[in-house]
Amino acid sequence: MSDTHAQTVAFVRDTMLPAAAPPIRESGAVRWLRENLFSGPVNSILTVLGLLILWFLVATFWDWFAHSVWNASSLTECREIISATWGPDARGACFAVIRERWNQYLFGFYPQHLYWRPTMTFGLLMVALAPVLFSASLTIRRVVLAITTLVTLWAMVVLGAPAGWLVFAAIVLATGLILSERNIAWMLPFSIVYPLLGVWFLWGGTLWGPIFVLVGPALGWVAWRLLSRLSPLLATVAAIVVTLIFWLVLAGDAARDAEGLLSLSIESVRSDRFGGFLLSLTIGVAGIALSLPLGIVLALARQSDMFLIKSLSVVFIEFIRGVPLITLLFVASLLLNYFLPPGTTFDIILRVIIMVTLFAAAYMAEVIRGGLAALPKGQYEAADALGLDYWKAQRLIVLPQALKISIPGIVSTFIGMFKDTTLVTFVGLYDPLKSMSDAVRANVEWKGIYWEPFIFVGGIFFLICFGMSRYSMYLERRLQRDHR
Amino acid sequence: MTDIRATATPPFRLSMLVNDRRYRSLTFQVIVFILVMAAAWWLIDNTIRNLALMGKSFDFGFLFQRAGYDISQTPIPYTADDTHLRASVVGLLNTLIVAVLGCIAATVLGVIVGVARLSRNWLFARLMTVFVEIFRNMPLLLWILIVYAVFTEILPPPNAFRGDEASAGMILFDNVALTNRYTALPTLAMTNDPGSLDLGARITFNWATIAFVVVLVGGWIVRRMIRAWAQDVQDRTGDRPVTWWKTLAVMTLPSLFLIWFFGLHLEAPSLQGFNFTGGLNVSNSLVALWLALTLYTAAFIAEIVRAGILAVSRGQSEAAFALGLRPNRTMSLVILPQALRVIIPPLISQYLNLTKNSSLAIAVGYMDLRGTLGGTTLNQTGRELEAIVLMMLTYLVLSLIISAGMNVFNARVKLKER
Repeated sequence: MSDTHAQTVAFVRDTMLPAAAPPIRESGAVRWLRENLFSGPVNSILTVLGLLILWFLVATFWDWFAHSVWNASSLTECREIISATWGPDARGACFAVIRERWNQYLFGFYPQHLYWRPTMTFGLLMVALAPVLFSASLTIRRVVLAITTLVTLWAMVVLGAPAGWLVFAAIVLATGLILSERNIAWMLPFSIVYPLLGVWFLWGGTLWGPIFVLVGPALGWVAWRLLSRLSPLLATVAAIVVTLIFWLVLAGDAARDAEGLLSLSIESVRSDRFGGFLLSLTIGVAGIALSLPLGIVLALARQSDMFLIKSLSVVFIEFIRGVPLITLLFVASLLLNYFLPPGTTFDIILRVIIMVTLFAAAYMAEVIRGGLAALPKGQYEAADALGLDYWKAQRLIVLPQALKISIPGIVSTFIGMFKDTTLVTFVGLYDPLKSMSDAVRANVEWKGIYWEPFIFVGGIFFLICFGMSRYSMYLERRLQRDHR
Repeated sequence: MTDIRATATPPFRLSMLVNDRRYRSLTFQVIVFILVMAAAWWLIDNTIRNLALMGKSFDFGFLFQRAGYDISQTPIPYTADDTHLRASVVGLLNTLIVAVLGCIAATVLGVIVGVARLSRNWLFARLMTVFVEIFRNMPLLLWILIVYAVFTEILPPPNAFRGDEASAGMILFDNVALTNRYTALPTLAMTNDPGSLDLGARITFNWATIAFVVVLVGGWIVRRMIRAWAQDVQDRTGDRPVTWWKTLAVMTLPSLFLIWFFGLHLEAPSLQGFNFTGGLNVSNSLVALWLALTLYTAAFIAEIVRAGILAVSRGQSEAAFALGLRPNRTMSLVILPQALRVIIPPLISQYLNLTKNSSLAIAVGYMDLRGTLGGTTLNQTGRELEAIVLMMLTYLVLSLIISAGMNVFNARVKLKER
């Protein structure tokens, strides 16, 4: 049957035809346009709407950006240059203000001959962060540290740093570079010492203060070693008590006496000289570094079985989360005089850092509590089954997983806190956004300049915050252990 | 079980307070309690000594003294002769006004942007992503300052609207005028005013407002009854009676009747001399604060909405289609209830954030709770401690009320696990 049929057919194709090119509507740019922009009436309308929005933005701002002036000494001069170059009706941005007041935006009223100190502090911050933040990839470490080294040293030379400090910074940066090739974890001691060094670099004064602050925990550690064989709990308590007693009673006098014997002072800078991004970064970095541990402790306390601990933590967290940060800053600036022993004064930046830390820690605690709750119950039970005690279970099993789950929330809390550092303007500190721009506008030359400072400051905030959120995405991917 | 342990329990020794897990937590709590009490005592003792040194006392009597300052926006009648307490209440109401307006607008804008980010339209989705990233990654204070600067620096002054060749024009059919001092909006006016209900303390409610509230709530109740009846008929007979025109009539007709009865109409602002009168002149500080809060919070809400919709797995909508549900029924019966469960808890915290962020009114001089109680009152009376404590407590209570209310709503849409 089939044979006879085959005979009747005039032509049978026995080879494949070469693939024909797809129709023009189904390939290349046309297809992409049809699928992504004009797939239906609604989509087409949206595309037109989007194009209109884009056109509006470009038409409004293009001239202004294109006519921007970068080199002038006052707003009037800017306007003269713009009208001379592009005609009397032309509008243009006057970014010359940024060029002129660049130092003020970065350092506030920090003494000009000491600008190299914050610069060095920031450069060394990168070295201190290297073992903590970007420890996984050698390439990233190399690139970040090399750029940091070059930029920091160049900036320090330009800003006129003394040769001795230049050598110091070069040594630390070079050590960071070399160790990052071998084993970056060896830099950890530097990361631990860094906060105190940073404070000393920024505020100046005597080095003996930070040294004796470090001696406290060292003595505590000795006490812990001596007593830990008797009872771990007793040893921990003793360590804390020894540290606190040393700090409160001995450290101040010891630092003063040591300074008398051997002066290790550099020029000190008062807190009211801080301003601009130096202030934002100081408060932001300190708040970030302090709020995470505090947030973890609060979250653990809130999950605790002990009624009193749990309720104290709940009350604290809900109270802090229930009031605006601005009221807490007012407490820091107005009420702390009431709560401390008569006659005590302490630094306004420190007060603000404490308040910002408490504020961020309450939010952090809720984020981490979410991570703790998301962890399957089996993990807790497995830790118990292994016979781990509470702290070992938390440290080895629970927290690594819970913190990993809560990374996005933790980083958005950081971002929120960094953005909130601008609110210090309301307690009289010179944040880059409002106070510093007001100070710039208070000069006759720059009276009436609004948009350029906003764009500059906003742009820097955007870069930092956007960078942090991208970093959290990278971290999430890197730490992903489950198979999907 | 119990008797086994009873026999196994060793007699109590003092060292068990530290070494036995059952007693250790008790010891620890007692120590913490003592420490907390000591800290509290220390703080209170310091405060008392400081107050004595400064010759001040801790009492709230200043709230009943004459305030002596003016407030630009007063939801309830207020003059400089009123008490600080009334000024604080005015401030609180102003906070609530901007918070409620902001929450509504941010939710609408946030949902639109969040859905648009998921759009298959490449261009539009990218534009919305840019919007979200820009607003999320810059400080709110920046947006408040920028929006306020746009209003005060770029918009024309009221007298630019004057004359036949005015350099500025009103928008929305001559109903709204954007000026550099205020936004002139049309107001509702009545030809047939029924008078007001006096609640005492010079707080009044117009009878027409009350009538509208009664009619709308009544309409809502009748609508529910009609739907319950329709459900009942459907359960018994399998046919659902057509109800949409009945519910629509119940919801709208009485209101329309009231509008006709009271002669309710819009009264557009008109320029008299140098200023707009006849309408409602909303100060630019309120508009700028509201707009900035809305844009900033909308960016966060957009992300929440997007995450919520993405959290409903694709299988859910496919299953709904397989059951033969039409697309809009799929949306309302399958996707939305599940997405809402993910969306609502973070949405609550955004509402709370917006309310707390409204205290940034300080940047534009809007007289909210911080501006009255924590601002002028505090400065005039010098009562920092009382004013700030009272202000914090008010914000705290406000936050707790919002979160309690939203938690009730959350409990209603939550997954019913049985």
